[in-house]
Amino acid sequence: MEHLRIPIGKTIELTIDFITEHFSFATKAFADVTETGISFLVDTMMFFPPWVLIFIFAAIAFFLSRRKSIAAFTVLGLALIWNMGLWAPTVSTIALVLISTLIAMLIGLPLGILSALNSTAYRIIMPILDVMQTMPAFVYLIPAIPFFGLGPVGAIFSTVIFSMPPAIRLTCLGIKQVPVELVEAADSFGSTRSQKLFKLQLPMATPTIMAGINQTIMLALSMVVIAAMIGAKGLGGEVWKAIQRLEPDKGFEAGIAIVIVAIILDRIMQKAGAGQKTA
Amino acid sequence: MAHKIEVKNLYKIFGTHPEKALGLLKEGRTKDEILNKTGQGVGVADVSFHVDEGEILVIMGLSGSGKSTLVRCLNRLIEPSYGHILLEGKDVTKLNKEELRILRQTRFGMVFQHFALFPRRTVIKNVEYGLEIQKVDQAERQERAQAALEQVGLKGWENSYPSQLSGGMQQRVGLARALALDPDIMLMDEAFSALDPLIRRDMQDELLKLQEKMHKTIIFISHDLDEALKLGDRIILMKDGYIVQEGTAEEILTNPATRYVEKFVEDVDISKVLTAETIMKNPIEIASYAHDGPKAALWKMNQAGISSIFVQHKGRLEGIVTAEGAAAALKNGEKDLAGIVIRDIHKVSPETPANDLFPILAENSTPVAVVDKEERLLGVIVKGSLLAALSEGALGNGTS
Ligand SMILES: Nc1ncnc2c1ncn2[C@@H]1O[C@H](COP(=O)(O)OP(=O)(O)O)[C@@H](O)[C@H]1O
Ligand SMILES: [Mg+2]
Repeated sequence: MEHLRIPIGKTIELTIDFITEHFSFATKAFADVTETGISFLVDTMMFFPPWVLIFIFAAIAFFLSRRKSIAAFTVLGLALIWNMGLWAPTVSTIALVLISTLIAMLIGLPLGILSALNSTAYRIIMPILDVMQTMPAFVYLIPAIPFFGLGPVGAIFSTVIFSMPPAIRLTCLGIKQVPVELVEAADSFGSTRSQKLFKLQLPMATPTIMAGINQTIMLALSMVVIAAMIGAKGLGGEVWKAIQRLEPDKGFEAGIAIVIVAIILDRIMQKAGAGQKTA
Repeated sequence: MAHKIEVKNLYKIFGTHPEKALGLLKEGRTKDEILNKTGQGVGVADVSFHVDEGEILVIMGLSGSGKSTLVRCLNRLIEPSYGHILLEGKDVTKLNKEELRILRQTRFGMVFQHFALFPRRTVIKNVEYGLEIQKVDQAERQERAQAALEQVGLKGWENSYPSQLSGGMQQRVGLARALALDPDIMLMDEAFSALDPLIRRDMQDELLKLQEKMHKTIIFISHDLDEALKLGDRIILMKDGYIVQEGTAEEILTNPATRYVEKFVEDVDISKVLTAETIMKNPIEIASYAHDGPKAALWKMNQAGISSIFVQHKGRLEGIVTAEGAAAALKNGEKDLAGIVIRDIHKVSPETPANDLFPILAENSTPVAVVDKEERLLGVIVKGSLLAALSEGALGNGTS
């Protein structure tokens, strides 16, 4: 039986087609930039012997978190990954996460600032974020394929969209949380809007923004794993392969590697954020 | 002389339809009625006043009476709805954004109730803030901030963070931050209200001391009458957005304009505020050292119904003669007052607080003389007049 169907899916499909056709220059530019970024990052990391890179990571972990325990965990965790023969996919996953997070921040922080300072922007952006955050992660893979085909660029595209909301939300929150009296004080000295932003609001919001970035990184990591379905490779790719070949041992090893990477990134970011607070 | 700041018929109505509230205000409706009827909040209503150069004006009133709103209208942190603010004749309400910023940078220094220090900046960086905004170069900035810090007695604390300081010290930083810009007008919104009483008194003294050197024009908000009396050259009392009384401390205390003001002054220890000048009476009769003998003095006392009389000589107070003294001298046939005038008497200046008069009056049976610097007799205080003044104050506060 025929019935009248509201063409939501159809409209979205048409929009995607339209963008693919008419904005290919934009998708192409995005693809070029991210591809260059990924290969540069992966090449750089793979240039070092794994043990050198492990100590570099440990040093970074210590520098950001000021905690010996976190540095030690970094060394042991990454050594275990190396030992499991998962070094190359881990490096690739870390590269994907870093690039995605970077792009998500480049877009998310300005949007967060905008929504904090402009109530119209706030009213538009927040509902969109609500929808974005309730949408199942897999759905973001769909537009990636027509735009970028299979491969890491599409994965990054989906990851950026999936992981951006907390960066926007917490940047906005951090700025809005600055006490009114402080903003008044800044105003009473004749600050311009940007002076107020850079000298008061952003510094005060930093711990909250860092928490947002932390969440973005964690979401990016989880999405990068899921994006193996559209050819992201990396640790997610290993899991995906193990599922298809029914190799639970390989699958779990890759899973453990993902957990290790997640813990390292989370601890570093948490401590980096907390360290900012008392500075 | 033109006033430093003159505020004319200033209104601040919170809400999207201030014109509705304005109409109702002019009909004499109350703030609550207007809020219920139109949803518009009346912050400040038809306020006019002036401040002169170098003066401390205290704006006083209960919480919610519109003090903070009013003071924020002056530098337009809150945009006034209607009315004019003239700063040296120039209308602040007409300035564009850029002019307003310059005005805030150069003319107004603001100190906040809860200090409003920037928590992630060190003390010195807090004090430098205003200079940083004006892009003053690093060396000069630091020098001026340092000077301001020393002015408020915080040398040595430059590199601490606000959270490491006590409340009183934090507010000194707040004060220094405003002073570093050397503004000619200071806006202080309950600047000392968050401090405990002892520290608070210190800060009040400190402010008065600084003011002796600086001669700024200060608008000081307070909800505390004692503070207002101590600091204010003049006091404005606000209620529900309106000014209900304006005047010196004494004018307000001795002559409260409304029941609201009375309630406000109820708790004040009148004897702290009344001075010798307000209590003293004109001497009914004075004896002249050069011309009057014991007989004349006695006659004057009889006429006036008093038992002692002050003696003046060449415009100066010479001493006092009692009726007994004069009578004895008369018996002995003395011709002048030289032998009986008591020179060792209590003299007080017109500013002496009533509190200090009690012990003096208790010790002496004769009246106390109020004299100026040239020892001219201005008035006399007898026990009765002090008590009368006090009970008048108490009566005014308690009953009507
Ligand atoms: N931003 C605002 N929006 C609405 N009403 C306000 C706002 N600020 C102050 N008011 C109202 O204006 C009145 C005066 O407040 P305020 O100036 O803070 O009083 P005070 O400083 O004397 O305690 C109060 O009734 C208050 O509720
Ligand atoms: Mg207030």
